[in-house]
Amino acid sequence: MSDTTTSLVAADGTPLKRKLAQSLMRSRARAFGLALPLLAFILVLFVYPIANFLTQAFYDARFATLMPGTTEVLKDWDAVSAPTEEMAAVLVADLVVSKKEKTIGKVATRVNRELSGTRSLFTKTARSAKKMEAPYMEALIKKDKDWGDIEVWQAMKTASRVYTPAYLAAAVDLKMLADGSIVRQDEDRRIHVILFWRTLEISFLVTLFCFMLGYPVAYMLSTLPARTSNLLLILVLLPFWTSLLVRTTAWIAMLQAQGVLNDLFVVFGLAADDDRFSLIYNKTGTLIAMTHILLPFMILPLYSVMKTIPPSYVRAAKSMGATNWTAFWRVYFPQSVPGIGAGALLVFILAIGYYITPALVGGQDGQMISNFIDFHMRKSLNWNLAAAMGLVMLVFVLFMFWIYDRIVGIDNMKLG
Amino acid sequence: MKTIMSLTTASVLAISAGTAFAEGSITAVSWGGAYTKSQVEAYHKPWTAATGNTVVSEDYSGGLAEVKAQVESGSVTWDIIDVEKSDAVRGCDEGLFMEIDHSALPNGADGSAAADDFIPGSFTDCAVANIVWSTIFAYDSSVMANGPTSIADFFNLDAFPGKRGLRKSPKANLEMALAADGVASADIYEVLGTDEGVDRAFAKLDTIKDSVVWWEAGAQPPQLLADGEVAMTTAYNGRIFNAVASEGKPFEIVWDAQVFDVDMWAIVNGAPNAELAMDFLKFSTATEQLAAQASYISYGPARKSSAPLVGSYHSNASLEMGPQMPTAPDNFATAISNDFEFWADNQDELNERFNAWLAN
Amino acid sequence: MALDETNNAFVRFDRVQKSYDGESLVVKDLNLDIPKGEFLTMLGPSGSGKTTCLMMLAGFETATHGEILLDGVSINNIPPHKRGIGMVFQNYALFPHMTVAENLSFPLEVRNMGKSEREAKVKRALDMVEMGDFGGRRPAQLSGGQQQRIALARALVFEPELVLMDEPLGALDKQLREKMQFEITRLAHNLGITVVYVTHDQTEALTMSDRVAVFNDGVIQQIDAPDVLYEQPKNSFVAQFIGENNTLEGVIEDIKNDVALVKLDNGDVIDAKPVNVSAKGERTRVSIRPERVEFRKDRLKKGAHLLNAEVLEVIYMGDILRTRLNVAGNTEFIVKTRNAPDQTRLTVGEVIEIGWLPEDCRALDA
Repeated sequence: MSDTTTSLVAADGTPLKRKLAQSLMRSRARAFGLALPLLAFILVLFVYPIANFLTQAFYDARFATLMPGTTEVLKDWDAVSAPTEEMAAVLVADLVVSKKEKTIGKVATRVNRELSGTRSLFTKTARSAKKMEAPYMEALIKKDKDWGDIEVWQAMKTASRVYTPAYLAAAVDLKMLADGSIVRQDEDRRIHVILFWRTLEISFLVTLFCFMLGYPVAYMLSTLPARTSNLLLILVLLPFWTSLLVRTTAWIAMLQAQGVLNDLFVVFGLAADDDRFSLIYNKTGTLIAMTHILLPFMILPLYSVMKTIPPSYVRAAKSMGATNWTAFWRVYFPQSVPGIGAGALLVFILAIGYYITPALVGGQDGQMISNFIDFHMRKSLNWNLAAAMGLVMLVFVLFMFWIYDRIVGIDNMKLG
Repeated sequence: MKTIMSLTTASVLAISAGTAFAEGSITAVSWGGAYTKSQVEAYHKPWTAATGNTVVSEDYSGGLAEVKAQVESGSVTWDIIDVEKSDAVRGCDEGLFMEIDHSALPNGADGSAAADDFIPGSFTDCAVANIVWSTIFAYDSSVMANGPTSIADFFNLDAFPGKRGLRKSPKANLEMALAADGVASADIYEVLGTDEGVDRAFAKLDTIKDSVVWWEAGAQPPQLLADGEVAMTTAYNGRIFNAVASEGKPFEIVWDAQVFDVDMWAIVNGAPNAELAMDFLKFSTATEQLAAQASYISYGPARKSSAPLVGSYHSNASLEMGPQMPTAPDNFATAISNDFEFWADNQDELNERFNAWLAN
Repeated sequence: MALDETNNAFVRFDRVQKSYDGESLVVKDLNLDIPKGEFLTMLGPSGSGKTTCLMMLAGFETATHGEILLDGVSINNIPPHKRGIGMVFQNYALFPHMTVAENLSFPLEVRNMGKSEREAKVKRALDMVEMGDFGGRRPAQLSGGQQQRIALARALVFEPELVLMDEPLGALDKQLREKMQFEITRLAHNLGITVVYVTHDQTEALTMSDRVAVFNDGVIQQIDAPDVLYEQPKNSFVAQFIGENNTLEGVIEDIKNDVALVKLDNGDVIDAKPVNVSAKGERTRVSIRPERVEFRKDRLKKGAHLLNAEVLEVIYMGDILRTRLNVAGNTEFIVKTRNAPDQTRLTVGEVIEIGWLPEDCRALDA
């Protein structure tokens, strides 16, 4: 069979297969050309900056660039024996330059991340470094006795690594020691793993609630005549017309202890006036508000899939003797699975990165990992740690995607 | 739109005032709301009137992220920015702000040199203080007739039942917790510098943890009080004052163990109009301007010479502003001065610990 | 209603009305008896109420008024899944997520039938429609005709006594459709089931049915065996709707001995069989089938009225010739003639005389 195929030739004598490949190649090249602007757009404005930012998760040349001499001598130090006079001399020289160049703040911040409380040690010492004379180790210790502490030198050695797993380690509550070994963070400073789990839990619950609330709505919409369903769809989309902040604030007015819902509970005797439900500023608040905000993302794919399921399937099932429930569960539901898959994945991935709503209504136990990425981006300016947490999350989302593909199959998903 | 409007008005003013004025424009960035309004009234308008230069006012929500992004990308659009002290110092260390020659600042109205006239802690390498603000706690006097009077009362759930509002940050909370636990204001940071001290502060916070509603934005605490969500809450003193003065809310401020800090002007490194911005900085931190600002908002002027000039609230002549200032003698007795150095050194660790404490 | 009458009818519609909006009736006062084992077709244009009737019988729509009885029992309040009626849908409605065998097994599973019994029945049903090898396929892997067979097998596999079919052949091409028409009727008669079949294709209705109910405007216009329906339409709607038909309009001049004298609008006079006209002076529409028009005088009865006709067009269709004429002002008058060796070929422009037997020309309502 294959022999006859290869022996076939086109009118001009070239083998048919090659001819076909040529003509397909041309149309592929044309298609690629058309997609090129978008590709370039995404590469330049999306992939490159994000990749660039994410490298900060394991790349930090600040100390090595600003304190080149110190970095060099620390390389040879075993991080166990006492710091030498040579190290002290080089350090003082670097500090003098760094003070002059006004880069000492960056250096101090970097080391402070490894060992809390060393920031002022560096800025203070740098101010008087110029006047210091040999022996430098003594001069340093005279300025501040902390220089005699080997931990400070170990922190510098850790900070001097250009490619460092320290931030990624910190993102999962581990810390890297000067000898390069990695241990668990002190117990009262472990926060990120808890947050990753909580983010996962909240995202999962929000997806579940969105599904439970959205499925019947999408079903109803899909069975109504087009005119009515279009009107109702606008209502579904209505939340998008108001700012996220306004909506979230509305939830505050609704859910707070003196809010509408609690007032109703008190009126109907479901709660005592002095013992109202805590519906906001905690996980409950985050769940309620996020479910509301993300609901349309579940309803729309569900609706668009359900719309394509003809009512005759359920009728056929019933005519064959299936009860309403059996007809739904065995015939309708399996066919709506692609919509559930798309909606759930959409809601889950959006939920995992949510932060404004949890920040406003989350209180103490309704915070998610994104809130901390935001915190490190805007408040602590520890962009490396933010990048590391972002990278961990990205890997995690890709992992979820992979799991989804294994269980449900990515081709079994319909967005519209 | 608003910017364009004010720009046009300002330039029309400038043109009508004559061609002798140099005409330029700077972008001043501040916290928005009543605070920016007080600056517009006390700084921007008089400066425009005096020099013909205009000020484009932009809002931000604090932090150095935006400045950092501007400076690192080399496209700076902001000239002068109102920052917290900790950010002023950190921004300076990171090269985000220009160094300032403090000797160029004008003398006080009483003739004292600038260095003596400003309250201690008003100068950093890159910034000059304009106002003193404070974290205090407040309650609704219409709900609690015999309200709390000391920071210890804030932590006393038995005598004063009800929810507490606290900022979701270790700053000010740890200080207040230690003060409530009996540490004298002057010793707070010394105690907090030890592991035992930190444990002690968290232990004190533990006693009210279950009753706390956490806030993040400065606008939240007055709202929490007004909604009856909390019985008392920490807040920025200006926000509570504003609710009282302009909305007539029956809130009372307790000044005991207030944690005060300065807000500062800093000039962004690479600012397009750095020279004009410096001129604006000198103008706006003069005695009269700082005093004038105090009639719009209850933050204390950073110059001592401004205090005697502080008048009454701009829309209510019978409301004297003097006693509303964090720096008023009656309010100041147990005040805690926010220690920038301490927080710069320890904030990473304490933030992590605070968040871990919250999450568990 | 008398008891024995009820027993006669396997399916009975008793004064059934249906309205969707509360303002207009889609089905108006429908009375219909279907005896056991009959193949009854509901035929009509879209919107005539035929599908609504089927859906009411299946239980997917409720009757606004009246009663539907199945085997003497009112089924108005019985939900569809308890009616035990097999149904074939227009788009087959084969469950796409199940294999063919699973599709067929479904109605047996919901009846809690044992596995081995199910398998046996599924196999028998598949063999019945000659699809025995396709049990493991998915519906999407089958052609339209194959899907149709599976849908049929699925509706029959649980051995219902009544099977409803809603335009089941609409999506098939002509050849396949004709083959399936034959298969369905064969199966229905072999199994002795009662079939209610909905279609808007009159050829299908005529070839398959024991009786055809012609629907229009929510009312059954006529219900009869196919030949009766074709040859003796009771009103001009049925005449028009079933088969090809020539009409001429005029006024009744006289009715005598079951022959009506009709004066056409151009003044010509013809004989016709009065069907639903009764009085002189009444307007009427006479209906003549194209194949009953005759232009060879030797085949016409003596004294028959003849009309002048101008040949406008001759269309060669292989087995027959279609000739379009202008008769009494009607330029769409068609005559069909068999393509036989002795047939006269007409040429365009020729003027001829045509006529017909009076009983083939039916005077109907205007």
